[in-house]
Amino acid sequence: MDTYSLLRQFADSWWLLVMTAFFLGVVVFTLRPGSRRVHDDIANIPLRNDEPKE
Amino acid sequence: MADIFKLVALGIVAVFAAMGVNFARDLAYQANALTVLAVALGLFVHIVRSMGRPKPAPETGYMDEVIRYGVIATALWGVVGFLAGTYIAFQLAFPDLNWGLSYTSFGRLRPLHTSAVIFAFGGNALICTSFYVVQRTCATRLWGGNLAWFVFWGFQLVIVLGATSYLLGGSQSREYAELAWHIDIWLTVVWVAYLAVFMGTLFNRKERHIYVANWFYLSFIVTVAMLHVVNNLAWPVSVWGSESYSLFSGVQDAMTQWWYGHNAVGFFLTAGFLGMMYYFVPKQAERPVYSYKLSIIHFWALIFLYIWAGPHHLHYTALPDWAQTLGMVFSIMLWMPSWGGMINGLMTLNGAWDKLRTDPVIRMLVVSVGFYGMSTFEGPMMSIKAVNSLSHYTDWTIGHVHSGALGWNGMITFGALYFLVPRLWNRARLYSLAMVSWHFWLATIGIVLYASSMWVTGIMEGLMWREVDSQGFLVNSFADTVGAKFPMYIVRGLGGVLYLTGAVIMCVNLYQTIRGRLREEREPLAAGAVAAE
Repeated sequence: MDTYSLLRQFADSWWLLVMTAFFLGVVVFTLRPGSRRVHDDIANIPLRNDEPKE
Repeated sequence: MADIFKLVALGIVAVFAAMGVNFARDLAYQANALTVLAVALGLFVHIVRSMGRPKPAPETGYMDEVIRYGVIATALWGVVGFLAGTYIAFQLAFPDLNWGLSYTSFGRLRPLHTSAVIFAFGGNALICTSFYVVQRTCATRLWGGNLAWFVFWGFQLVIVLGATSYLLGGSQSREYAELAWHIDIWLTVVWVAYLAVFMGTLFNRKERHIYVANWFYLSFIVTVAMLHVVNNLAWPVSVWGSESYSLFSGVQDAMTQWWYGHNAVGFFLTAGFLGMMYYFVPKQAERPVYSYKLSIIHFWALIFLYIWAGPHHLHYTALPDWAQTLGMVFSIMLWMPSWGGMINGLMTLNGAWDKLRTDPVIRMLVVSVGFYGMSTFEGPMMSIKAVNSLSHYTDWTIGHVHSGALGWNGMITFGALYFLVPRLWNRARLYSLAMVSWHFWLATIGIVLYASSMWVTGIMEGLMWREVDSQGFLVNSFADTVGAKFPMYIVRGLGGVLYLTGAVIMCVNLYQTIRGRLREEREPLAAGAVAAE
Protein backbone atom coordinates (compact mmCIF):
# COMPACT_ATOMS: atom_id res chain seq x y z
CA MET A 1 0.00 0.00 0.00
CA ASP A 2 1.31 3.48 -0.75
CA THR A 3 2.13 5.87 2.09
CA TYR A 4 -0.92 8.06 1.59
CA SER A 5 -3.43 5.20 1.80
CA LEU A 6 -1.64 3.71 4.80
CA LEU A 7 -1.60 6.99 6.71
CA ARG A 8 -5.14 7.79 5.65
CA GLN A 9 -6.43 4.46 6.95
CA PHE A 10 -4.55 4.87 10.22
CA ALA A 11 -5.82 8.45 10.60
CA ASP A 12 -9.50 7.64 10.27
CA SER A 13 -9.41 4.51 12.41
CA TRP A 14 -7.03 4.09 15.36
CA TRP A 15 -5.78 7.64 15.59
CA LEU A 16 -9.31 9.02 15.48
CA LEU A 17 -10.20 6.62 18.29
CA VAL A 18 -7.18 7.72 20.35
CA MET A 19 -8.04 11.41 19.98
CA THR A 20 -11.72 10.90 20.78
CA ALA A 21 -10.83 8.80 23.83
CA PHE A 22 -8.33 11.44 24.99
CA PHE A 23 -10.93 14.18 24.69
CA LEU A 24 -13.59 12.20 26.54
CA GLY A 25 -10.97 11.35 29.17
CA VAL A 26 -10.25 15.05 29.66
CA VAL A 27 -13.95 15.81 30.13
CA VAL A 28 -14.43 12.96 32.62
CA PHE A 29 -11.27 13.90 34.51
CA THR A 30 -12.35 17.55 34.70
CA LEU A 31 -15.75 16.61 36.09
CA ARG A 32 -14.35 14.03 38.55
CA PRO A 33 -15.81 14.17 42.05
CA GLY A 34 -13.73 16.11 44.51
CA SER A 35 -12.10 18.38 41.94
CA ARG A 36 -14.09 21.43 42.96
CA ARG A 37 -11.70 22.51 45.71
CA VAL A 38 -8.69 22.35 43.36
CA HIS A 39 -10.54 24.22 40.63
CA ASP A 40 -11.73 26.91 43.01
CA ASP A 41 -8.15 27.42 44.09
CA ILE A 42 -6.88 27.68 40.50
CA ALA A 43 -9.71 30.02 39.52
CA ASN A 44 -8.52 32.45 42.19
CA ILE A 45 -4.95 32.67 40.89
CA PRO A 46 -5.55 35.93 38.95
CA LEU A 47 -6.98 37.58 42.05
CA ARG A 48 -3.75 37.18 44.05
CA ASN A 49 -0.05 37.61 43.19
CA ASP A 50 0.15 41.36 42.74
CA GLU A 51 3.81 40.86 43.69
CA PRO A 52 6.01 37.91 42.67
CA LYS A 53 6.42 35.13 45.25
CA GLU A 54 9.86 34.25 46.50
CA MET B 1 32.96 38.24 25.61
CA ALA B 2 29.30 37.95 24.66
CA ASP B 3 29.53 41.46 23.25
CA ILE B 4 32.32 40.40 20.88
CA PHE B 5 30.16 37.56 19.53
CA LYS B 6 27.25 39.95 19.06
CA LEU B 7 29.49 42.40 17.18
CA VAL B 8 30.80 39.65 14.89
CA ALA B 9 27.26 38.41 14.19
CA LEU B 10 25.99 41.92 13.53
CA GLY B 11 28.96 42.58 11.25
CA ILE B 12 28.16 39.49 9.19
CA VAL B 13 24.48 40.46 8.99
CA ALA B 14 25.43 43.99 7.92
CA VAL B 15 27.75 42.75 5.15
CA PHE B 16 25.09 40.30 3.94
CA ALA B 17 22.43 43.05 3.98
CA ALA B 18 24.75 45.40 2.08
CA MET B 19 25.21 42.71 -0.57
CA GLY B 20 21.41 42.35 -0.60
CA VAL B 21 21.02 46.07 -1.31
CA ASN B 22 23.50 45.75 -4.18
CA PHE B 23 22.26 42.52 -5.79
CA ALA B 24 18.53 42.93 -5.05
CA ARG B 25 16.31 41.62 -7.86
CA ASP B 26 13.28 43.66 -6.77
CA LEU B 27 12.54 46.92 -4.99
CA ALA B 28 10.80 45.26 -2.03
CA TYR B 29 13.84 43.12 -1.27
CA GLN B 30 16.15 46.11 -1.64
CA ALA B 31 14.14 48.16 0.84
CA ASN B 32 14.15 45.23 3.29
CA ALA B 33 17.92 44.83 2.92
CA LEU B 34 18.43 48.55 3.54
CA THR B 35 16.29 48.37 6.69
CA VAL B 36 18.21 45.36 7.99
CA LEU B 37 21.51 47.09 7.19
CA ALA B 38 20.47 50.19 9.13
CA VAL B 39 19.27 48.14 12.13
CA ALA B 40 22.43 46.00 12.20
CA LEU B 41 24.73 49.05 12.01
CA GLY B 42 22.70 50.89 14.65
CA LEU B 43 22.90 47.93 17.04
CA PHE B 44 26.62 47.57 16.29
CA VAL B 45 27.33 51.18 17.27
CA HIS B 46 25.07 50.84 20.33
CA ILE B 47 26.99 47.80 21.60
CA VAL B 48 30.39 49.35 20.92
CA ARG B 49 29.41 52.48 22.87
CA SER B 50 28.14 50.52 25.87
CA MET B 51 31.14 48.15 26.07
CA GLY B 52 33.32 48.45 29.14
CA ARG B 53 30.62 50.30 31.09
CA PRO B 54 29.45 48.57 34.27
CA LYS B 55 26.30 46.51 33.65
CA PRO B 56 23.30 47.61 35.72
CA ALA B 57 22.33 45.23 38.52
CA PRO B 58 19.70 42.70 37.44
CA GLU B 59 16.20 43.89 38.29
CA THR B 60 13.78 41.95 40.43
CA GLY B 61 10.00 41.91 40.55
CA TYR B 62 7.79 41.58 37.50
CA MET B 63 9.33 42.60 34.19
CA ASP B 64 6.95 45.37 33.14
CA GLU B 65 8.98 47.75 30.99
CA VAL B 66 8.69 45.53 27.90
CA ILE B 67 4.92 45.33 28.50
CA ARG B 68 4.72 49.15 28.62
CA TYR B 69 6.40 49.28 25.21
CA GLY B 70 4.01 46.58 23.98
CA VAL B 71 0.95 48.53 25.15
CA ILE B 72 2.08 51.65 23.29
CA ALA B 73 2.92 49.64 20.16
CA THR B 74 -0.51 47.97 20.27
CA ALA B 75 -2.37 51.29 20.47
CA LEU B 76 -0.31 52.95 17.71
CA TRP B 77 -0.35 50.02 15.28
CA GLY B 78 -4.08 49.74 15.91
CA VAL B 79 -4.65 53.29 14.67
CA VAL B 80 -2.41 52.67 11.63
CA GLY B 81 -4.30 49.47 10.76
CA PHE B 82 -7.76 51.02 11.24
CA LEU B 83 -6.74 54.02 9.13
CA ALA B 84 -5.52 51.76 6.32
CA GLY B 85 -8.76 49.75 6.52
CA THR B 86 -10.97 52.84 6.43
CA TYR B 87 -9.01 54.19 3.50
CA ILE B 88 -9.35 51.04 1.40
CA ALA B 89 -13.04 50.86 2.32
CA PHE B 90 -13.45 54.22 0.60
CA GLN B 91 -11.27 53.03 -2.29
CA LEU B 92 -13.92 50.40 -3.01
CA ALA B 93 -16.58 53.10 -3.13
CA PHE B 94 -14.41 55.65 -4.98
CA PRO B 95 -11.78 53.87 -7.11
CA ASP B 96 -10.13 57.23 -7.88
CA LEU B 97 -8.56 57.00 -4.41
CA ASN B 98 -6.12 54.48 -5.90
CA TRP B 99 -4.45 57.57 -7.45
CA GLY B 100 -3.30 55.42 -10.39
CA LEU B 101 -0.16 54.47 -8.45
CA SER B 102 0.84 50.87 -7.83
CA TYR B 103 2.01 51.75 -4.28
CA THR B 104 -1.39 53.02 -3.21
CA SER B 105 -3.49 50.48 -5.08
CA PHE B 106 -6.07 48.35 -3.23
CA GLY B 107 -4.11 45.18 -3.97
CA ARG B 108 -1.12 46.44 -1.98
CA LEU B 109 -2.91 48.35 0.76
CA ARG B 110 -5.23 45.44 1.56
CA PRO B 111 -2.50 43.11 2.87
CA LEU B 112 -1.04 46.15 4.63
CA HIS B 113 -4.40 46.63 6.41
CA THR B 114 -4.96 42.96 7.28
CA SER B 115 -1.40 42.44 8.50
CA ALA B 116 -1.43 45.71 10.46
CA VAL B 117 -4.62 44.89 12.34
CA ILE B 118 -4.09 41.13 12.79
CA PHE B 119 -0.35 40.86 13.32
CA ALA B 120 0.79 44.35 14.35
CA PHE B 121 -2.21 45.35 16.52
CA GLY B 122 -3.42 41.86 17.52
CA GLY B 123 0.06 40.35 17.71
CA ASN B 124 1.46 43.09 19.92
CA ALA B 125 -1.64 42.89 22.10
CA LEU B 126 -1.17 39.13 22.48
CA ILE B 127 2.56 39.36 23.19
CA CYS B 128 2.30 42.13 25.79
CA THR B 129 -0.79 40.74 27.56
CA SER B 130 0.65 37.23 27.58
CA PHE B 131 3.82 38.59 29.23
CA TYR B 132 1.64 40.38 31.81
CA VAL B 133 -0.68 37.45 32.47
CA VAL B 134 1.94 34.72 32.60
CA GLN B 135 3.92 36.64 35.23
CA ARG B 136 0.90 37.39 37.43
CA THR B 137 -0.57 33.90 37.23
CA CYS B 138 2.81 32.16 37.79
CA ALA B 139 3.87 34.70 40.45
CA THR B 140 7.32 34.92 38.92
CA ARG B 141 9.42 37.20 36.70
CA LEU B 142 9.64 36.56 32.95
CA TRP B 143 12.24 33.97 32.10
CA GLY B 144 15.16 34.73 29.82
CA GLY B 145 16.20 38.25 30.85
CA ASN B 146 16.52 40.42 27.74
CA LEU B 147 15.07 37.70 25.49
CA ALA B 148 11.65 39.34 26.01
CA TRP B 149 13.12 42.56 24.55
CA PHE B 150 14.39 40.58 21.58
CA VAL B 151 10.87 39.24 21.04
CA PHE B 152 9.38 42.74 21.19
CA TRP B 153 11.85 44.49 18.90
CA GLY B 154 12.20 41.48 16.61
CA PHE B 155 8.44 41.47 16.10
CA GLN B 156 8.41 45.21 15.34
CA LEU B 157 11.10 44.56 12.72
CA VAL B 158 8.88 41.90 11.13
CA ILE B 159 6.08 44.46 10.93
CA VAL B 160 8.22 47.20 9.39
CA LEU B 161 9.84 44.82 6.88
CA GLY B 162 6.43 43.39 5.95
CA ALA B 163 4.73 46.76 5.54
CA THR B 164 7.45 48.22 3.30
CA SER B 165 7.61 44.98 1.33
CA TYR B 166 3.84 45.00 0.63
CA LEU B 167 3.85 48.61 -0.53
CA LEU B 168 6.75 47.96 -2.91
CA GLY B 169 5.13 44.85 -4.37
CA GLY B 170 6.68 42.00 -2.36
CA SER B 171 4.05 39.38 -1.61
CA GLN B 172 3.80 35.62 -1.45
CA SER B 173 0.15 35.85 -2.59
CA ARG B 174 -1.09 33.66 0.27
CA GLU B 175 -3.90 35.35 2.16
CA TYR B 176 -2.84 36.43 5.68
CA ALA B 177 0.59 34.91 4.94
CA GLU B 178 1.78 37.45 2.38
CA LEU B 179 5.19 37.95 4.00
CA ALA B 180 8.07 37.14 1.64
CA TRP B 181 10.21 34.11 2.48
CA HIS B 182 13.06 35.98 4.15
CA ILE B 183 10.70 37.78 6.54
CA ASP B 184 9.03 34.40 7.25
CA ILE B 185 12.38 33.03 8.42
CA TRP B 186 12.98 36.00 10.69
CA LEU B 187 9.46 35.69 12.14
CA THR B 188 10.17 32.02 12.91
CA VAL B 189 13.29 33.00 14.87
CA VAL B 190 11.36 35.62 16.85
CA TRP B 191 8.51 33.20 17.48
CA VAL B 192 10.80 30.48 18.86
CA ALA B 193 12.26 33.08 21.25
CA TYR B 194 8.71 34.01 22.28
CA LEU B 195 7.89 30.36 22.97
CA ALA B 196 11.08 30.04 25.03
CA VAL B 197 10.25 33.10 27.17
CA PHE B 198 6.70 31.88 27.77
CA MET B 199 7.61 28.25 28.48
CA GLY B 200 10.56 29.25 30.66
CA THR B 201 8.26 31.40 32.80
CA LEU B 202 5.76 28.55 33.09
CA PHE B 203 8.53 26.21 34.25
CA ASN B 204 9.60 28.73 36.91
CA ARG B 205 6.07 29.20 38.24
CA LYS B 206 5.44 29.54 41.97
CA GLU B 207 1.82 28.43 41.68
CA ARG B 208 1.24 24.69 41.59
CA HIS B 209 -1.23 24.80 38.71
CA ILE B 210 -1.14 26.52 35.33
CA TYR B 211 -4.06 28.95 35.09
CA VAL B 212 -6.32 28.36 32.06
CA ALA B 213 -5.41 31.68 30.38
CA ASN B 214 -1.86 30.36 30.00
CA TRP B 215 -3.11 27.20 28.32
CA PHE B 216 -4.86 29.31 25.72
CA TYR B 217 -1.79 31.52 25.21
CA LEU B 218 0.50 28.50 24.95
CA SER B 219 -1.73 26.74 22.42
CA PHE B 220 -1.75 29.96 20.39
CA ILE B 221 2.05 30.23 20.39
CA VAL B 222 2.67 26.55 19.57
CA THR B 223 -0.03 26.22 16.91
CA VAL B 224 0.85 29.45 15.14
CA ALA B 225 4.48 28.29 14.94
CA MET B 226 3.37 25.02 13.32
CA LEU B 227 0.92 26.70 10.92
CA HIS B 228 3.40 29.38 9.93
CA VAL B 229 6.22 26.95 9.16
CA VAL B 230 4.12 24.46 7.16
CA ASN B 231 2.14 27.01 5.16
CA ASN B 232 5.26 28.95 4.22
CA LEU B 233 7.29 25.98 2.95
CA ALA B 234 8.59 27.54 -0.24
CA TRP B 235 11.68 27.70 -2.37
CA PRO B 236 13.08 31.17 -3.17
CA VAL B 237 13.94 31.96 -6.77
CA SER B 238 17.12 33.67 -5.58
CA VAL B 239 18.73 34.54 -2.24
CA TRP B 240 18.63 38.15 -3.45
CA GLY B 241 14.92 38.43 -4.25
CA SER B 242 11.46 38.32 -2.63
CA GLU B 243 10.02 35.82 -5.07
CA SER B 244 9.48 32.20 -4.01
CA TYR B 245 7.43 29.17 -5.04
CA SER B 246 5.32 27.06 -2.71
CA LEU B 247 6.37 23.43 -2.24
CA PHE B 248 2.72 22.41 -2.61
CA SER B 249 0.68 22.59 -5.77
CA GLY B 250 -2.94 22.49 -6.89
CA VAL B 251 -5.65 21.62 -4.41
CA GLN B 252 -3.11 20.51 -1.78
CA ASP B 253 -1.70 24.02 -1.89
CA ALA B 254 -5.16 25.52 -1.46
CA MET B 255 -5.97 23.19 1.42
CA THR B 256 -2.66 23.95 3.17
CA GLN B 257 -3.35 27.65 2.79
CA TRP B 258 -6.83 27.40 4.36
CA TRP B 259 -5.71 24.97 6.99
CA TYR B 260 -3.35 27.80 7.90
CA GLY B 261 -5.87 30.56 7.25
CA HIS B 262 -8.68 29.21 9.34
CA ASN B 263 -6.44 28.15 12.19
CA ALA B 264 -4.85 31.57 12.19
CA VAL B 265 -8.38 32.72 13.04
CA GLY B 266 -8.83 29.83 15.46
CA PHE B 267 -5.58 30.05 17.35
CA PHE B 268 -4.34 33.61 16.79
CA LEU B 269 -7.62 35.53 16.95
CA THR B 270 -9.56 33.09 19.13
CA ALA B 271 -7.37 31.00 21.46
CA GLY B 272 -4.91 33.82 22.15
CA PHE B 273 -7.64 36.37 22.81
CA LEU B 274 -9.53 33.87 24.97
CA GLY B 275 -6.39 33.88 27.11
CA MET B 276 -7.00 37.61 27.50
CA MET B 277 -10.68 37.02 28.30
CA TYR B 278 -9.94 34.46 31.01
CA TYR B 279 -7.64 36.90 32.78
CA PHE B 280 -8.99 40.40 32.23
CA VAL B 281 -12.71 39.72 32.64
CA PRO B 282 -12.27 38.10 36.10
CA LYS B 283 -9.76 40.79 37.02
CA GLN B 284 -11.94 43.74 36.06
CA ALA B 285 -15.04 42.10 37.59
CA GLU B 286 -12.97 41.26 40.69
CA ARG B 287 -14.35 37.75 40.91
CA PRO B 288 -13.09 34.37 39.66
CA VAL B 289 -14.26 32.94 36.36
CA TYR B 290 -17.83 31.54 36.50
CA SER B 291 -16.88 27.88 36.02
CA TYR B 292 -13.30 26.71 35.95
CA LYS B 293 -14.40 23.24 34.83
CA LEU B 294 -16.20 24.75 31.85
CA SER B 295 -13.06 26.69 30.95
CA ILE B 296 -11.03 23.45 30.78
CA ILE B 297 -13.63 21.75 28.60
CA HIS B 298 -13.85 24.92 26.48
CA PHE B 299 -10.11 24.74 25.92
CA TRP B 300 -9.87 21.09 24.90
CA ALA B 301 -13.01 21.16 22.77
CA LEU B 302 -11.71 24.19 20.90
CA ILE B 303 -8.29 22.56 20.36
CA PHE B 304 -9.77 19.31 19.10
CA LEU B 305 -12.35 20.84 16.78
CA TYR B 306 -10.86 24.01 15.30
CA ILE B 307 -8.00 22.34 13.45
CA TRP B 308 -10.47 20.53 11.14
CA ALA B 309 -12.62 23.48 10.13
CA GLY B 310 -10.38 24.90 7.35
CA PRO B 311 -12.00 23.11 4.36
CA HIS B 312 -15.15 25.26 4.72
CA HIS B 313 -13.17 27.97 2.91
CA LEU B 314 -13.07 25.69 -0.14
CA HIS B 315 -16.72 24.68 -0.55
CA TYR B 316 -17.67 23.86 -4.16
CA THR B 317 -14.03 23.85 -5.32
CA ALA B 318 -11.76 21.06 -6.56
CA LEU B 319 -11.36 19.90 -2.96
CA PRO B 320 -12.90 16.41 -2.54
CA ASP B 321 -16.50 16.47 -1.33
CA TRP B 322 -15.78 14.42 1.79
CA ALA B 323 -13.20 16.99 2.91
CA GLN B 324 -15.67 19.85 2.39
CA THR B 325 -18.31 18.02 4.41
CA LEU B 326 -15.80 17.22 7.13
CA GLY B 327 -14.89 20.90 7.40
CA MET B 328 -18.56 21.85 7.57
CA VAL B 329 -19.40 19.29 10.28
CA PHE B 330 -16.49 20.31 12.49
CA SER B 331 -17.35 23.98 12.01
CA ILE B 332 -20.88 23.33 13.23
CA MET B 333 -19.62 21.35 16.21
CA LEU B 334 -17.59 24.44 17.15
CA TRP B 335 -20.83 26.09 18.18
CA MET B 336 -20.70 24.23 21.49
CA PRO B 337 -17.26 25.22 22.82
CA SER B 338 -17.65 28.77 21.47
CA TRP B 339 -20.93 29.33 23.25
CA GLY B 340 -19.68 27.52 26.35
CA GLY B 341 -16.80 29.96 26.46
CA MET B 342 -19.02 32.97 25.85
CA ILE B 343 -21.40 31.93 28.64
CA ASN B 344 -18.44 31.38 30.95
CA GLY B 345 -17.14 34.87 30.24
CA LEU B 346 -20.51 36.58 30.61
CA MET B 347 -21.57 34.67 33.74
CA THR B 348 -18.35 35.73 35.45
CA LEU B 349 -20.28 38.95 36.02
CA ASN B 350 -22.93 37.01 37.92
CA GLY B 351 -23.64 39.06 41.03
CA ALA B 352 -21.73 42.05 39.68
CA TRP B 353 -23.98 43.09 36.83
CA ASP B 354 -24.27 46.58 38.34
CA LYS B 355 -20.66 47.17 37.23
CA LEU B 356 -21.97 47.34 33.67
CA ARG B 357 -23.67 50.59 34.62
CA THR B 358 -20.70 52.19 36.34
CA ASP B 359 -17.61 50.77 34.67
CA PRO B 360 -17.21 51.42 30.93
CA VAL B 361 -14.15 49.15 30.79
CA ILE B 362 -16.15 46.12 31.85
CA ARG B 363 -18.85 47.17 29.40
CA MET B 364 -16.23 46.96 26.67
CA LEU B 365 -15.09 43.50 27.77
CA VAL B 366 -18.67 42.22 27.99
CA VAL B 367 -19.59 43.55 24.55
CA SER B 368 -16.48 41.90 23.12
CA VAL B 369 -17.55 38.54 24.58
CA GLY B 370 -21.01 39.16 23.12
CA PHE B 371 -19.49 39.73 19.68
CA TYR B 372 -17.45 36.56 20.17
CA GLY B 373 -20.70 34.67 20.63
CA MET B 374 -22.36 36.41 17.71
CA SER B 375 -19.59 35.86 15.19
CA THR B 376 -19.01 32.27 16.30
CA PHE B 377 -22.69 31.67 15.68
CA GLU B 378 -22.59 33.29 12.27
CA GLY B 379 -19.40 31.50 11.19
CA PRO B 380 -20.61 27.90 11.55
CA MET B 381 -23.90 28.90 9.94
CA MET B 382 -22.03 30.28 6.92
CA SER B 383 -19.98 27.07 6.72
CA ILE B 384 -23.13 25.06 5.98
CA LYS B 385 -22.84 24.28 2.29
CA ALA B 386 -26.33 25.51 1.36
CA VAL B 387 -25.75 28.84 3.10
CA ASN B 388 -22.22 29.04 1.74
CA SER B 389 -23.45 28.71 -1.84
CA LEU B 390 -25.11 32.08 -1.28
CA SER B 391 -22.56 33.75 0.99
CA HIS B 392 -19.27 32.64 -0.56
CA TYR B 393 -17.28 35.34 -2.44
CA THR B 394 -19.76 38.00 -1.26
CA ASP B 395 -19.38 40.88 1.19
CA TRP B 396 -21.23 38.84 3.80
CA THR B 397 -17.91 37.10 4.50
CA ILE B 398 -16.18 40.45 4.99
CA GLY B 399 -18.96 41.54 7.35
CA HIS B 400 -18.61 38.32 9.34
CA VAL B 401 -14.86 38.70 9.67
CA HIS B 402 -15.22 42.28 10.88
CA SER B 403 -17.89 41.59 13.48
CA GLY B 404 -15.38 39.12 14.91
CA ALA B 405 -12.28 41.26 14.44
CA LEU B 406 -13.67 44.68 15.40
CA GLY B 407 -16.15 43.38 17.96
CA TRP B 408 -14.33 40.53 19.66
CA ASN B 409 -10.60 41.13 19.09
CA GLY B 410 -10.72 44.92 19.00
CA MET B 411 -12.99 45.49 21.98
CA ILE B 412 -11.26 42.98 24.28
CA THR B 413 -7.91 44.54 23.40
CA PHE B 414 -9.22 48.04 24.16
CA GLY B 415 -10.55 46.73 27.49
CA ALA B 416 -7.19 45.14 28.29
CA LEU B 417 -5.32 48.36 27.40
CA TYR B 418 -7.62 50.42 29.65
CA PHE B 419 -6.97 47.87 32.40
CA LEU B 420 -3.20 47.78 31.92
CA VAL B 421 -2.18 51.43 31.50
CA PRO B 422 -3.11 52.72 35.00
CA ARG B 423 -1.50 49.65 36.60
CA LEU B 424 1.68 49.63 34.53
CA TRP B 425 2.33 53.34 35.08
CA ASN B 426 1.09 53.35 38.71
CA ARG B 427 -1.78 55.79 38.19
CA ALA B 428 -4.80 56.00 40.46
CA ARG B 429 -7.15 55.61 37.51
CA LEU B 430 -7.59 56.42 33.84
CA TYR B 431 -7.48 60.06 32.76
CA SER B 432 -11.13 60.00 31.74
CA LEU B 433 -13.89 57.38 32.00
CA ALA B 434 -16.21 59.59 29.94
CA MET B 435 -13.77 59.22 27.05
CA VAL B 436 -13.91 55.45 27.49
CA SER B 437 -17.68 55.68 27.16
CA TRP B 438 -17.32 57.76 24.02
CA HIS B 439 -14.90 55.20 22.61
CA PHE B 440 -17.29 52.40 23.53
CA TRP B 441 -20.27 53.91 21.75
CA LEU B 442 -18.35 55.09 18.67
CA ALA B 443 -16.82 51.64 18.26
CA THR B 444 -20.10 49.79 18.83
CA ILE B 445 -22.09 51.95 16.41
CA GLY B 446 -19.23 51.67 13.92
CA ILE B 447 -19.39 47.87 14.06
CA VAL B 448 -23.16 47.85 13.70
CA LEU B 449 -22.94 50.06 10.60
CA TYR B 450 -20.19 47.85 9.20
CA ALA B 451 -21.83 44.48 9.83
CA SER B 452 -25.35 45.45 8.77
CA SER B 453 -24.26 47.14 5.54
CA MET B 454 -22.21 44.06 4.65
CA TRP B 455 -25.17 41.75 5.33
CA VAL B 456 -27.32 43.78 2.99
CA THR B 457 -24.77 44.08 0.22
CA GLY B 458 -23.53 40.49 0.63
CA ILE B 459 -26.92 38.84 0.42
CA MET B 460 -27.95 41.22 -2.34
CA GLU B 461 -24.98 40.42 -4.54
CA GLY B 462 -25.30 36.69 -3.78
CA LEU B 463 -28.91 36.78 -4.97
CA MET B 464 -28.05 38.91 -7.99
CA TRP B 465 -25.31 36.48 -9.08
CA ARG B 466 -27.63 33.49 -9.08
CA GLU B 467 -30.68 35.20 -10.61
CA VAL B 468 -31.70 33.63 -13.95
CA ASP B 469 -34.51 34.57 -16.32
CA SER B 470 -37.18 32.29 -17.78
CA GLN B 471 -34.74 31.18 -20.50
CA GLY B 472 -32.12 30.20 -17.94
CA PHE B 473 -29.77 33.08 -18.70
CA LEU B 474 -28.05 35.05 -15.91
CA VAL B 475 -29.84 38.35 -15.38
CA ASN B 476 -27.02 40.44 -13.88
CA SER B 477 -23.48 41.09 -14.95
CA PHE B 478 -20.77 41.45 -12.30
CA ALA B 479 -20.61 45.20 -12.88
CA ASP B 480 -24.35 45.44 -12.08
CA THR B 481 -23.68 44.14 -8.57
CA VAL B 482 -20.77 46.56 -8.13
CA GLY B 483 -23.01 49.48 -9.01
CA ALA B 484 -25.77 48.30 -6.70
CA LYS B 485 -23.40 48.02 -3.75
CA PHE B 486 -22.28 51.66 -3.79
CA PRO B 487 -24.53 53.03 -0.99
CA MET B 488 -23.63 50.17 1.35
CA TYR B 489 -19.95 50.79 0.72
CA ILE B 490 -20.38 54.38 1.92
CA VAL B 491 -22.13 53.16 5.09
CA ARG B 492 -19.35 50.65 5.70
CA GLY B 493 -16.71 53.37 5.26
CA LEU B 494 -18.54 55.58 7.78
CA GLY B 495 -18.59 52.70 10.22
CA GLY B 496 -14.82 52.53 9.83
CA VAL B 497 -14.53 56.27 10.47
CA LEU B 498 -16.45 55.91 13.73
CA TYR B 499 -14.31 52.97 14.83
CA LEU B 500 -11.11 54.83 13.97
CA THR B 501 -12.28 57.96 15.82
CA GLY B 502 -12.91 55.85 18.92
CA ALA B 503 -9.40 54.43 18.74
CA VAL B 504 -7.89 57.93 18.44
CA ILE B 505 -9.87 59.01 21.53
CA MET B 506 -8.43 55.98 23.32
CA CYS B 507 -4.89 56.99 22.39
CA VAL B 508 -5.42 60.52 23.78
CA ASN B 509 -6.91 59.06 26.96
CA LEU B 510 -4.06 56.60 27.46
CA TYR B 511 -1.46 59.28 26.69
CA GLN B 512 -2.92 61.62 29.33
CA THR B 513 -3.09 58.72 31.80
CA ILE B 514 0.58 57.95 31.23
CA ARG B 515 1.42 61.63 31.78
CA GLY B 516 -0.31 61.32 35.16
CA ARG B 517 -3.24 63.62 34.51
CA LEU B 518 -6.75 63.07 35.92
CA ARG B 519 -9.80 64.66 34.38
CA GLU B 520 -12.43 65.84 36.85
CA GLU B 521 -15.68 64.05 36.10
CA ARG B 522 -19.10 63.73 37.66
CA GLU B 523 -19.99 61.09 40.20
CA PRO B 524 -21.74 58.19 38.40
CA LEU B 525 -18.83 57.79 36.05
CA ALA B 526 -16.27 58.15 38.80
CA ALA B 527 -17.69 55.07 40.54
CA GLY B 528 -15.36 52.92 38.46
CA ALA B 529 -12.45 54.94 39.78
CA VAL B 530 -13.18 53.83 43.33
CA ALA B 531 -13.07 50.23 42.23
CA ALA B 532 -9.70 50.74 40.58
CA GLU B 533 -8.10 52.04 43.77
